[in-house]
Amino acid sequence: MATASDFPPRAQAAMAAVASRPASHQRLGEAFWTGLAGLFTLLALIPLLLVIGYVLYRGASRLDFEAFVSLPPMPLAEGGGFANALVGTVVMVAIGAAVSVPFGILAAIYLSEFSSGAVARWIRFATNVLSGVPSILMGVFIYGIFVVTTRSFSAIAGGFALAVLMLPILVRTTDESLQIVPVSLRWAALGMGASKLQTVVRVVLPAALPAIATGITLAVARAAGETAPLIFTALFSQYWARGLWEPTASLSVLIYNFAAVPYAGQRSLAWAASLILVLTVLLASILARWVTRK
Amino acid sequence: MQEPTRSDLPSPAQVSWPILSTENLSIYYGDFLALRDVTMAIPERKITALIGPSGCGKSTLLRCFNRLNDLIDGFRIQGQVFYYKQDLYGETVDAVQVRRRIGMVFQQPNPFPKSIYDNIAFGARALGLQVDLDELVERSLRQAVLWDEVKDKLKTNGLELSGGQQQRLCIARAISIKPDVILMDEPCASLDPISTLKIEELLRDLAQEYTIVTVTHNMQQASRIADFTAFFNAQADEKGKRSGYLVEYGTTDQIFQDPQEEATRRYVSGQFG
Repeated sequence: MATASDFPPRAQAAMAAVASRPASHQRLGEAFWTGLAGLFTLLALIPLLLVIGYVLYRGASRLDFEAFVSLPPMPLAEGGGFANALVGTVVMVAIGAAVSVPFGILAAIYLSEFSSGAVARWIRFATNVLSGVPSILMGVFIYGIFVVTTRSFSAIAGGFALAVLMLPILVRTTDESLQIVPVSLRWAALGMGASKLQTVVRVVLPAALPAIATGITLAVARAAGETAPLIFTALFSQYWARGLWEPTASLSVLIYNFAAVPYAGQRSLAWAASLILVLTVLLASILARWVTRK
Repeated sequence: MQEPTRSDLPSPAQVSWPILSTENLSIYYGDFLALRDVTMAIPERKITALIGPSGCGKSTLLRCFNRLNDLIDGFRIQGQVFYYKQDLYGETVDAVQVRRRIGMVFQQPNPFPKSIYDNIAFGARALGLQVDLDELVERSLRQAVLWDEVKDKLKTNGLELSGGQQQRLCIARAISIKPDVILMDEPCASLDPISTLKIEELLRDLAQEYTIVTVTHNMQQASRIADFTAFFNAQADEKGKRSGYLVEYGTTDQIFQDPQEEATRRYVSGQFG
């Protein structure tokens, strides 16, 4: 068998070139930049870990059974809970989702499947603008057209404000999920004599469903944590709301109201509520990832 | 009765009742002329192969036959395309009905992300056909020579099959609605040689019942399976834009053994393309 030295000079040079260690300054540079990138990744993760850790530390002690079943405490009282706020958040997010999910998904289906290029560009642009509008403006907007007309803060108004907030997120994520469905699938369905509508309903939508579900979950998680739109629309209440047309408590507004007061009972409850919100968002994200992977 | 051999076939120009035909057909995408002035007739229940180098417009022509090009922005035609004697681009023509009769199989196997059963049943369900779906699924899979391999797992997702099986699933899906014509856009291009042979055998069987028009880059394949072959070439205009045109069309034996045009002779003997 030929040894390395039997090969012609051209091959010798090639072998030497691939076998030589990288120069030490190259290796050093490599290590430096890798280390730096790793360090900044860690730094970027610190806020997340601190937030979760600190909320867990401050909130866990008050996360007892009473917190889930009682009304918020009066300023100097001990104990109490956020039962009405928890229910309020769930109700308003549900109203928001019930209003925005059909609109958002149908709008995205139109955008991705039926609209022409120019129209779609403008609608996408408008959606992006809407998603960039500060959420407090959504609150003021619904206050102006809804709360003022009905003369009452209410869960309905809060739900609508959240719906406006969720709408652009839903349109965007659904639009994107529909667009990544391969063209070949649409052609396969159309090529079999399926109509455009059948193609969308029977082939494209089912294929995009996991991604759409993720979008809905993320929009719900985002809405659950919003405070600003609710301050102007649902306000807050120490008591159970007697209906959807009454001022309604929510977890986020409870945190806003109680976190910076001088009363220890209310402050600790605000931390417990924060923990619930963080866990909800976390769970929703995990759920969304899990659904997408399936 | 002895089957007629391929050399007995008349030239396609002599076929009196072509199922598909074009009359001075030119195809544009926007300002770009993709295919120029094609007149050809495709006989019933035969396999017709469209061959030629990349960019010669053969796939474009294929998609004209079931109006799938309609979905591409800027597409328009000059001239005419006929299904029997009906102008496919006539004003009253329903493209959905056209595609129901003129089915298609694509280069990349593209089963729906559904079960094998639902893949086959899709067409019948979409068209609202009142048929026994179980029977339809079995018959289609048998015709596509896939039944024995999948009969015990009809509920599994079509995407879990191998590439060759997926392509046969797509063929089964296409024939489930009993089209008159099956258009195939390089059906074997993404398959291994063994799957390719299976599909070629299948096409020969299907040609007893269906008209098949297939685009292929593989000349051996064309010579193995096609009754008729049309050779397309591309030519650059003065601005360097390449348009396709039909060079020569005849029985496969004639195209491969006795081509009349120099370009055809060079292409089928592997000297270019």
